[in-house]
Amino acid sequence: MSTSTPTRQPVTATAVGTRKRRPLLLDLYSTAVGKKYAMAISGIAMMGFVMFHMLGNTKMYLGAAELDGYAEFLKKLLYPLAPKESVLWILRVSLLGMLALHLHAAWSLTVLNRHARPVRYQSARDYQEASLASRSMRLSGIVVVMFMVWHLLDLTFGVVNTIGTDGVYVRSEVYANVVRSFDRWPVALFYVVANLLLGLHLAHGAWSIFQSLGWNNPRFNAWRVAFARGFAAIVVIGNISFPIAVTVGIVSV
Amino acid sequence: MTHLVSNLTLKVWRQNGPADKGKFETHVIESITDEASFLEMLDVLNERLIGENKEAIVFDHDCREGICGTCSLMINGQAHGPQRGSTTCQLHMRSFKDDDTIVIEPWRANAFPIIKDLMVDRAAFDRIVESGGFITSPTGGAPDANLIPVPKPVADAAMDAAACIGCGACVAACPNSAANLFVGAKLTHLNLLPQGQAERYKRAEAMVDTMDEHFGSCTNHGECSAACPKEISLDVIALMNKDYRSAKFKNRKQLSRK
Repeated sequence: MSTSTPTRQPVTATAVGTRKRRPLLLDLYSTAVGKKYAMAISGIAMMGFVMFHMLGNTKMYLGAAELDGYAEFLKKLLYPLAPKESVLWILRVSLLGMLALHLHAAWSLTVLNRHARPVRYQSARDYQEASLASRSMRLSGIVVVMFMVWHLLDLTFGVVNTIGTDGVYVRSEVYANVVRSFDRWPVALFYVVANLLLGLHLAHGAWSIFQSLGWNNPRFNAWRVAFARGFAAIVVIGNISFPIAVTVGIVSV
Repeated sequence: MTHLVSNLTLKVWRQNGPADKGKFETHVIESITDEASFLEMLDVLNERLIGENKEAIVFDHDCREGICGTCSLMINGQAHGPQRGSTTCQLHMRSFKDDDTIVIEPWRANAFPIIKDLMVDRAAFDRIVESGGFITSPTGGAPDANLIPVPKPVADAAMDAAACIGCGACVAACPNSAANLFVGAKLTHLNLLPQGQAERYKRAEAMVDTMDEHFGSCTNHGECSAACPKEISLDVIALMNKDYRSAKFKNRKQLSRK
């Protein structure tokens, strides 16, 4: 623990920052407030992804042809103006970049925060406002990332898709792959748990975005928490309906 | 009617200087009037300790009417204790019941080193204010009232932010030891008023950069606002974030910089 009193800088006659000039975005990202901007912006990008991912997957209720056709459509986004899969790859790379940014900012802010209180309170805290969601952001985030790795290995690369089943993974047969995967109850359960944690993460994160970006206005402040909870609820209900539908047999081959 | 609160068990943090490890010390208050303030209860305990030739418990206090921002105790896991919108000195023993156990700790943050027992050094707040929490102008006589028009809601919002007494409860209550509510309040107070406009963005940049050297970062738990004796709203943090962004993206010539 550092116990020295912060040193006094010369008191100038005007408010002048003493930081070294850096390129604009690096300069912003070097501060805690700037990193929160990065968290918020990358969060918005990934919120867009989870929403459209959920909406796209509801095609499975319309049958195999619809879902497999939707996957084909994604590959042909903006085709023939853009080459096949080019737009999809741009989206994939951007999202991975956003995820990396989100994780790096979260990591460095966590390190900063740990340094800011090296000696913890020796008695129990009695939190007044901090919620389960806000207190568990790191845990829920880590579980969601672990789930994403599994999810990609399962339904994108097919590596773990056939474990415990006697089917054959064919990349373009999205519908069959989903049904085969969720027919294994531990996979369905993991999917449900991970999505509930994603919902918890979103319920705090989607509200937090407004504060971090300085979007504060009496005209919409009352709606900020409702928006975050509503968004989280829609994504979670949509997502967990898929494994449940397969488990109870609404969706089957 | 005065009532007595009896058989209180106090677990008080004792730490003999910054380098000491420190530990909790238990004292029993057999009975005390519920009209006593929390600090008066500690005074009574200290009188007893002095009478027993023991060292008195060191704690910060000054005005004892909730405006100086000196008292600073973590009481049962809450900054300034269980009563909302008040400082430790405004807390009275009527907030406690017979046989209660009361745990008292100092603020804990890297930027607030413990001087002794329950007293911490909050000079880091002074460093932040020195970096921009003022208006640079030749002063002279006070101008006439209403010479500079300020819309009423703006004046109210600035005044609400100006209520900050710099006690440090926001930092103490924050799970991340962030000072965003304090800095946000100081910025909002000046940045909303016409007098603060000339240095608005310089101020935002300088104060946020100084904050960064000492404190953690905001994760929007809202604990700071709940602990704040002046109940300053999280809105001030949003304004700080917005002004900091503006400071970075504004045409620098308009900020009289290159």
